[in-house]
Amino acid sequence: MERFLSFAKKELLHILRDKRTMLLLLGMPIAQIVLFGFAISTEVGNTKVAILDLARDEASRRIERDLDASRYFEVVAHLEDAAEVEPLFRRGKASLVVVFQDGFRESLLRDGSAEIQLIADATDPNTATVFLQYATSVATAYARENQPPAAAPVGIVPQVRLLYNPQLKGAYNFVPGVLGMMMLLVCAMMTSISIVRERETGTMEVLLVSPVRPIFVILAKMAPYFLLSCVNLATVLLVSVFVLDVPVAGSLPALVLVSFVYILLALALGLLISTIAATQVAAMLVSGMAFMLPVILLSGMMFPVESMPAALQWISNAIPARWYIAAVKDVMIKGLGFQAVAKELAILSGMTVFFVAVALKNFKTRLE
Amino acid sequence: MNVIETERLTKRFGDFVAVDRLDFQVARGEIFGFLGANGAGKTTAMRMLCGLSVPTSGTARVAGFDIGRQTESVKKSIGYMSQKFSLYDDLTVAENFRLFGGIYGVPSREIPSRTDEMLELLDFRSEKNTFVKSLPLGWKQKLSFSIAIFHRPGVVFLDEPTGGVDPVSRRRFWELIYEASDRGITVFATTHYMDEAEYCHRASIMVDGRIEALDTPARLKQAHGAASMDEVFRNLARKATRRAD
Repeated sequence: MERFLSFAKKELLHILRDKRTMLLLLGMPIAQIVLFGFAISTEVGNTKVAILDLARDEASRRIERDLDASRYFEVVAHLEDAAEVEPLFRRGKASLVVVFQDGFRESLLRDGSAEIQLIADATDPNTATVFLQYATSVATAYARENQPPAAAPVGIVPQVRLLYNPQLKGAYNFVPGVLGMMMLLVCAMMTSISIVRERETGTMEVLLVSPVRPIFVILAKMAPYFLLSCVNLATVLLVSVFVLDVPVAGSLPALVLVSFVYILLALALGLLISTIAATQVAAMLVSGMAFMLPVILLSGMMFPVESMPAALQWISNAIPARWYIAAVKDVMIKGLGFQAVAKELAILSGMTVFFVAVALKNFKTRLE
Repeated sequence: MNVIETERLTKRFGDFVAVDRLDFQVARGEIFGFLGANGAGKTTAMRMLCGLSVPTSGTARVAGFDIGRQTESVKKSIGYMSQKFSLYDDLTVAENFRLFGGIYGVPSREIPSRTDEMLELLDFRSEKNTFVKSLPLGWKQKLSFSIAIFHRPGVVFLDEPTGGVDPVSRRRFWELIYEASDRGITVFATTHYMDEAEYCHRASIMVDGRIEALDTPARLKQAHGAASMDEVFRNLARKATRRAD
């Protein structure tokens, strides 16, 4: 035990002495979460709208006012002619043009329906889809309000309620993603680099000759990164609750438990990388290419797993971050507890055991 | 009393016999030079004696323990200094002592006093809290050696300990080795410097995985009619058929 402690202390000293890396490790999660939370956002705010009002009646003006009043839109121009639409988009003065046909209100009163034309700049398809939806909902809201009760048309009006994330906030999606990515980065990359560094500098050989069991060398290496990851977990959760307004809706113990398992898994991956990579640079590249990219692309962090081609969905099953992110979403956002994440916990634990076994086997063969 | 005894110690990698039936003894307090060209099998033999590698056949006892069955006891009773400088650069001199003292089970109460004692011997007191990375190479090597014998092992293995150091520093390093040997620590060293071979009590010369000659430097020179160990070495190494790596 004393051996283990003197060794773990040394690892901690390595990390503390390397101030730049430590700052990076502690600062990066905050930077990432703020970046993803604010800058990379699919939310639509203050979309510039131009109005081509050929009707100029009470109804069209009312909808225009509603649009302008919404925090998603800002009416920036009034057009006189359909020919002005194209140049406006070209110059980027507006992202959406709303066209009211002549006799808008009459047709609404007479037939119970009227048409609005929405012309959107779909250069960025995601954003366009979102603000088209918003605009449509503003118009339907007006229609519903002003429907003469007698003339209620027979039809189905969907009443949409968005559960768990009613404002469709991007941060709800990114917080779990950043957690999943960051742990891998800190644990897998740093652990593998620090083990490979010892091999490169020759200190590993001295340790292997010593009576310290290799398993203790490995555990002592993992311990400080485990601690560091816990600090990171805490900061990310604090930032997301207090800065991004993403609450931890469900059981905090469940969230912590699933995170611990995931951290262990990332440490095991780091160990595995260290048995493959010969140099520190290689260790960095392997953890970067082989683990970071799949996490970003296939884990459901950026793109929903359900909308991937079947083959990729199948591959994504093998990516630990996918299960972790799913579990974090269940607990943080849907507000569920232990039972809901039991499956994910079991899968992550299984993967951890598997990676540890393979890594230890490789580690032993490398010694000979 | 013999600290190292080998009996037909052999290591094969597939068809390749890296170390071929070594038989030799090293006595307590002796300085034993383990010479040989690159690829002659020195490192493999040394790794087996340190418990890093399992012999294919044959046995050896180091500090009274069987290297195959009592590896842990062997590891506790030996010191090792590798060919690469291998202390922790970002730790201070004292922290390196504390770490390796801890690893080798030196009681933590004793570590500070032993550290001071070692630093006194090295005339290093002023460098106690210096980061190892800012020491010159010659000093680092002396420090490595002191750390290798910090837990007072029965035998210390030195793998080309003085590579890349100037002659004056090498001479000083050997003074430390003599001092350790006077205190009863057996020194088992590989080297490429033949002037260092002259400093050993006895030296062996390995060629193609076998020990071709083993005796005191004086008698080796006499037997080969050579003026220096360098000449003896060249005589024997010329017979090698194995290509150096």
